[in-house]
Amino acid sequence: MQAAFAALSSIVSWFASMIDPMCGPIGIFRLFAQDTLLACGDTGWGDEIAYGFMITASLAICTLPIGLFFGFFIALAKQSEEKSLRLATNIYTTIFRGLPELLTLFIVYYGLQIVAQQVMAAIGYEGQVEINAFIAGMIALGVVFSAYCSEVLLSAFKAISRGQYEAGDALGLHRGKTMRLIILPQLVRIALPGLGNLWMALLKDTALVSVIGLPDILRQTGIAARVTKNAFEFFSIACLLFLILAMLSSLVFSALERWTKRSETVR
Amino acid sequence: MSHAETMLPALPPPPEALKRYTFSRLLGRALLGVWLAASVGIFLFAADSWSPEKFAKYGPSFLSGLRVTLTLVAISIVLGGILSLPIAYGRMTKNKVLSWIAYGYVYFFRGTPLITQLFLVYYGLGSFRPYLEAVGLWSLFKDAWFCALFTFTLNTAAYQAEILRGAIESVPRGQHEGAAALGLPKRVAFFKIILPQAMIVALRPYGNEIILMIKGSAIVAIVTVFDLMGETRRAFSRTYDFQMYLWAAVLYLIMVEILRNLWAWIETRLTRHLKR
Repeated sequence: MQAAFAALSSIVSWFASMIDPMCGPIGIFRLFAQDTLLACGDTGWGDEIAYGFMITASLAICTLPIGLFFGFFIALAKQSEEKSLRLATNIYTTIFRGLPELLTLFIVYYGLQIVAQQVMAAIGYEGQVEINAFIAGMIALGVVFSAYCSEVLLSAFKAISRGQYEAGDALGLHRGKTMRLIILPQLVRIALPGLGNLWMALLKDTALVSVIGLPDILRQTGIAARVTKNAFEFFSIACLLFLILAMLSSLVFSALERWTKRSETVR
Repeated sequence: MSHAETMLPALPPPPEALKRYTFSRLLGRALLGVWLAASVGIFLFAADSWSPEKFAKYGPSFLSGLRVTLTLVAISIVLGGILSLPIAYGRMTKNKVLSWIAYGYVYFFRGTPLITQLFLVYYGLGSFRPYLEAVGLWSLFKDAWFCALFTFTLNTAAYQAEILRGAIESVPRGQHEGAAALGLPKRVAFFKIILPQAMIVALRPYGNEIILMIKGSAIVAIVTVFDLMGETRRAFSRTYDFQMYLWAAVLYLIMVEILRNLWAWIETRLTRHLKR
């Protein structure tokens, strides 16, 4: 069983290295930048920057489902008839939409460290507790994303007329089933442009996590800039990589938008 | 026809229907309880490590940091607003070259993180030191505060140009046609008819942009500008007292909330002729 897992993971990593767009056999750095500062391997910074690119992309991709999940339930809570539930969730969005993302990140990073330290001390572990920068970034960005996401989803919910819920009732559908079969498909269609903007904002906010030491695009290019003294070139590359991410995601989002609107008649 | 001979005695109101203890009620109370516990916990934590010396020492520096943040944001918003006019013009013009340049500018500044742009200016322009010295701009660009101002101005100009363009294009065609039918020259029609309507549409996005700039300006702390965030980081690195971050959070929240409420008030005031 273990051998099978090891084999599987080695196959996956081999596959990933084959299709690696930067330092794979047909990667751009390998093909066009072999004798420059961007060479892959020990002579250049290509592989370090490629690693940073992967970290940035995976941080954003890991944060997205968390933010969407919590944002959806916060949006549900915000339109509940229960006053205390609305109040509690409104406090949440007011705080996390009002704080700078950098400050949220620091509060999560250092605050979690303090809390974890005290919890560990309570169970009798005396030692330095280190919070993983990736996890801290995921929590901080996820919290901010869910606060914004709940606003987008709330306005999308308001755009769906009562008649849709009533139709679900009339068909004898359970409340969960009404939500899943009738409301959610329309919700996705209405909220998709807003969610696209939030995704772009999330992608840009991941650059902040470099400040607490996560080796993302900005940190890797920053190290390269400091070592080689070619700051302008390396930070331009960082900008270019973020632009590439933005272009890729706008492609994905326009495809998604076409897909969600496939039921609408072509005029 | 019959008519009532006696009045019915007043009845007591029906008993209030008992509110059911639903799941959402329970959840709402629980979440409010969590907020309450958190605020009490933070208060106790702050009271525990509170000391008047620390307040006397770091209170004024927090205020000066606040001043730096507000000046930085105010100047860059105004300069960015001025710079956004030609960019918005470029975005709307029929000239292919101009519109591509403006599009590229906007795409670059909206597609990359502000912090990367700041690093590009602050660290990157150091590579061009001889040229900058030759034109006498080096003394400006070696100053972190000026670099931050420069970056923020360029960045917010891109966003404001898009806001302006969106607002102007949102004015319906009929308004242009109406002005033309009245025989108004294009210039007069633009300034007297199109722009006032566009500014009402643009009001809310402009407010959001200012809030975004206040929040975004926190990153200048990383390039050694002592704004509110920078002062907080300095105070934290000297005292290892976590409540410094909490005070900064409170100050940022107050700033943003004041601005948000001010903007809501301005908006209801300016759109009262549209109320039905």
